[in-house]
Amino acid sequence: MVNWANFLSQMFNGLVLGALLALISSGLTIIYGTLGVLNLAHGAMFMLGGYAGYVAFSYTGSFPLAVVVGTLFVMLVGVLMERGIIRYFYNRPAEDQILVTFGLGIVFVEAVRFFFGSLSKSVPPPPGLVGITNLGFMVYPTYRLALFGIVAVALLVLYLVLYRTKLGMIVRAGIEDPVMVGSLGINVYRVFMLVFGIGAAAAGFAGIVNAPVVSLAPDVGEPILVQTFVVVVIGGVGSFPGAVLGGLIAGEIISITSMFNPGYAYVMLFVAMTLVLVLRPYGLLGSASRE
Amino acid sequence: MSLLEVEGLNTYYADSHILFDVALKVERNEVVALLGRNGAGKSTTLKSLMGVVTPRTGSVRLDGQELAGRKSHTIALADMQLVHEERRIFGSLNVEENIVLAGLTAKSAWPLERIYQMFPRLKERRMSRGTDLSGGEQQMLAIARALTRSPKVLLLDEPFEGLAPIIVRDLLAVCERLAADGQTIIIVEQNIAAALSIASRAYILNNGHVAFDGSSTELKASPEILARYVGV
Repeated sequence: MVNWANFLSQMFNGLVLGALLALISSGLTIIYGTLGVLNLAHGAMFMLGGYAGYVAFSYTGSFPLAVVVGTLFVMLVGVLMERGIIRYFYNRPAEDQILVTFGLGIVFVEAVRFFFGSLSKSVPPPPGLVGITNLGFMVYPTYRLALFGIVAVALLVLYLVLYRTKLGMIVRAGIEDPVMVGSLGINVYRVFMLVFGIGAAAAGFAGIVNAPVVSLAPDVGEPILVQTFVVVVIGGVGSFPGAVLGGLIAGEIISITSMFNPGYAYVMLFVAMTLVLVLRPYGLLGSASRE
Repeated sequence: MSLLEVEGLNTYYADSHILFDVALKVERNEVVALLGRNGAGKSTTLKSLMGVVTPRTGSVRLDGQELAGRKSHTIALADMQLVHEERRIFGSLNVEENIVLAGLTAKSAWPLERIYQMFPRLKERRMSRGTDLSGGEQQMLAIARALTRSPKVLLLDEPFEGLAPIIVRDLLAVCERLAADGQTIIIVEQNIAAALSIASRAYILNNGHVAFDGSSTELKASPEILARYVGV
């Protein structure tokens, strides 16, 4: 049952899952914040990143290359999806946007099932990161440790892009008020395309770096979509710091609850979300600027 | 040819017809007031010029270039700027980021120093987030953001609304300085005295129609017109 070592290792699992959720949710939250479109295909994009990376890995045997391919492929899918379909839905009701992104998610999942089958695929961790590491107070799978570092670096990169570049400045302004950004002579439609691409890339990157930890299956993104949705609500829609905080909270809730009874992991997650909605309707770090 | 020529402007919100064949002419270096009651269509006129709402028919020519029906950002690139009634400051960006963002795509952006010379208060608050500014500071920032782009025409939508008299006096002084420097301005304002003190000409809108078009002196001498259309 529950002992100290077990608890510590579950805390670590929660941290890794939390960082991963933070990264995927950042993508979801900047897309929703800027474009006002809730991308229900986001989980499928996480899955696509894994599969694109898997294909690259099977041809080249290189994990870093798999990460690059997985990320860029999903970024491209995001950009094409925005240009080809999503942009025609900006002025349509939210139900239409939800239906079209949900439908695209199903198309992605079934397309992958068609080409790769339902049986799970695996991508091994890179050679130096196989096995377990003795941390002194506990032993922990080496790749999971590395995964935390990789995702933390990715979050840092995303932070620097958002807070230290002109593009990031435009995106943050666009999350608040896209009309005003347009009034200042910036082509918001091009910004929308970029934001969709960056948000999708975050999901794709997470999908491939997480692939060595789970086995890849076409529906691997479904629970991720639900969890990231909760993270965005807890953290505050459109808030990058909120997505990070919400991700870590959700990761720990899922991991710690699973230690006692995995069946209650989602129950506790939704309890937390409900509490946040009651006490802080705009999320922990959200603001009322967007409904 | 006037700097700004607006003809036959018709704007709708969904099915309701708001502007009826609105026509305006603004000369270079001129300050023009746009007056009228609440709901007369003043803000809608400015938004239609800026492309924030798209007029259904009509023509908006700035320096000979047709802008009606274009998207807002291309109208901004043609050097029109609107200071929105709600100011629309980016609250999560600081003062300086708000100004820099505004100048990103300008052909000749004002240097920050020139902005800070005009609004010393903004220099003091340059690292403060937009949400932490007072109403007056937000209005200064909104005007600064528009000026940064060196607009050919500056559209001001109720710049003095809800501000303390002392702040209104400061902003009025800024407007006077801009006018003296030759900035072309269209100002919509409920504060008629303030608007007519800087504008040489005025239009009055009534239910979406242009009801009066004449000089400020003429308007000040005709209290019955102001009483009929503006309600003062």
